[in-house]
Amino acid sequence: MSPLKISWKSLWSKPLSSALNIMLIAFGTGILTILLLASTQISEKLDNNSKDIDLVVGAKGSPLQLILSSIYYIDFPTGNIPLKQAMELAHSPFVKRAVPLALGDNYNGTRIVGTDSNFVSLYKLKTAQGKFWQKDFEATIGATVAKSQNLKVGDTFFGAHGLSSSSDVHKNHPYVVSGVLTPQGNVTDNLILTNVASVWKMHDEHEDHEHKADEDHAGHDHKAHEGHEHETEDQSNDESRELTSLLIQYRSPMSVAMFPRLVNETTNMQAASPAQESTRLFSLIGVGVDTLQWFAILIMFIAAISVFVNLYNSLKERNYDLAIMRTLGASRTKLFLIIIAEGIMLTLAGTIIGILLGHLVLEFIGSNQESSQAQLTGFVLLYNEIYLFVAGLAIGIFAAIIPAIQAYKSNISKILAKN
Amino acid sequence: MITLKSISHDYPGGHRIAFKDWQINRGDQWLLLGESGSGKTTLLHILTGILKPSAGEVVINGTSIYGLSSKALDQFRGRNIGIIFQRPHLIKSLSISDNLVLAQSFAGLPTDLDRVNEVLTSLGIADKKKAYPNELSQGQLQRVSIARAVINKPELVIADEPTSSLDDKNATAVLELLLQQSAINQATLVIATHDKRVKDAFTNTYELA
Repeated sequence: MSPLKISWKSLWSKPLSSALNIMLIAFGTGILTILLLASTQISEKLDNNSKDIDLVVGAKGSPLQLILSSIYYIDFPTGNIPLKQAMELAHSPFVKRAVPLALGDNYNGTRIVGTDSNFVSLYKLKTAQGKFWQKDFEATIGATVAKSQNLKVGDTFFGAHGLSSSSDVHKNHPYVVSGVLTPQGNVTDNLILTNVASVWKMHDEHEDHEHKADEDHAGHDHKAHEGHEHETEDQSNDESRELTSLLIQYRSPMSVAMFPRLVNETTNMQAASPAQESTRLFSLIGVGVDTLQWFAILIMFIAAISVFVNLYNSLKERNYDLAIMRTLGASRTKLFLIIIAEGIMLTLAGTIIGILLGHLVLEFIGSNQESSQAQLTGFVLLYNEIYLFVAGLAIGIFAAIIPAIQAYKSNISKILAKN
Repeated sequence: MITLKSISHDYPGGHRIAFKDWQINRGDQWLLLGESGSGKTTLLHILTGILKPSAGEVVINGTSIYGLSSKALDQFRGRNIGIIFQRPHLIKSLSISDNLVLAQSFAGLPTDLDRVNEVLTSLGIADKKKAYPNELSQGQLQRVSIARAVINKPELVIADEPTSSLDDKNATAVLELLLQQSAINQATLVIATHDKRVKDAFTNTYELA
């Protein structure tokens, strides 16, 4: 009979206190697992979505809000910027690539993004089915959108005004799905892409209905202008046209120093750096993560003390048992191992249960998340989890070492004589 | 053959006790007599290798047991000496059968379930094999502790006050079992007691002053 089996049986002989210890360890480990997984995934997503974007130019307001709305599609946009000024910036010598974004509509909570082919090359998008949008009111949808909204190539849908509500539907112009993107693992999975003109026209139409006598737009017959003529229309309205924001890729590292200042000082727009704002955002989340982390470590510490007390008390009761084992031929080392093994079994069981629990809970949280932009999953294994394992082992040894040394040193003649 | 030569022990506080030499031949059945506090338990502990005497040596079958390392002594004791205590202390978390297997494995011997059955049967408690210690009566537990003492066919079986907590009927039964089991297993038997009921069964006695 191995020391392991003896330890195992001994733990089973007091199921309640063993279960309590395992639970404490499992809670601590579980919280740490969730934190580890969630913060890794969030920072991965942040990086992944902003990886090729050096700067975002938009209306004045909160730079964080600008980044959130234009890169992560979470918050509301700060406002609109004039197309003309935006295009001037886009043609600046500092800029290698400028991607226009026109936001403002959604379909069942999925944002409709008016943009151009630069967006495709910026995110290196590919279509799984169909092709990219070409004409007005054609849309290419992200992989997740296709799945969750049950849309395929050739289907039509109506966009609604706003970023999440579907109360104010643009009933005049249905979008036609021209293509579905391959899964990208970033925010584009959850977007509907179309050209900027479609978003404009949707709103021209919208305004037409609200102000039937509107002078600016009353004369436009959109059906007649579809196709080759819409370019000229866009240009003719350049003065009044607006974009939500511009995603900028720099031409050279020198732009970093010059371009943001150029935007902030010479125009009434603002430039925000995704890297800076992400760091700021993460440092805000970080406070919460840190607090939870300390909380989890505290639980683990309490668990370690509880395992220690459990083993120490049971040692008092089992003093005689251990002495008997010595008379049966067990060596000091064997007793030492038996006690250490009990500690390790408790904490290891707790750690494994905790890690499993953490994964399941995060998966549960992820599947109930409303915003699909930052969806979390519990079904990933991180290399770092091995540290949780090591921590579990260490706590087991730490809690068991004093009782184990006592068992090692015990004077069996004295213990036996006392009875 | 077991020999105790010029053994003495120092108690904490300076009190010193010297034991007269003792030679036990193979298969002998001895009674160790002495009042409480006369050093009976001390001598038994010295004899079983769990208390190193201040002076003198204990030789069992040619091995001077206190010349062994701590680990070797533990194993030697497991294989060659079976001990029965005043109260039957079994490991509560293990079944009766596992308690006996534990004794085999601690002595470094392979698990032998046939032997476990054999011993339990000869003590009339084979049906309790799967039970746990807290399900057995005091008398049954004492039988299990006898079974545990003889499971490895030791050279020497030592019983420390095995009958003092039992009534007349059980005391006689246990005494008979001890004599019978040591005979079956060809073991030397030493019983330490101050129990008058036991005396008549023995011819060899070692008396402590």
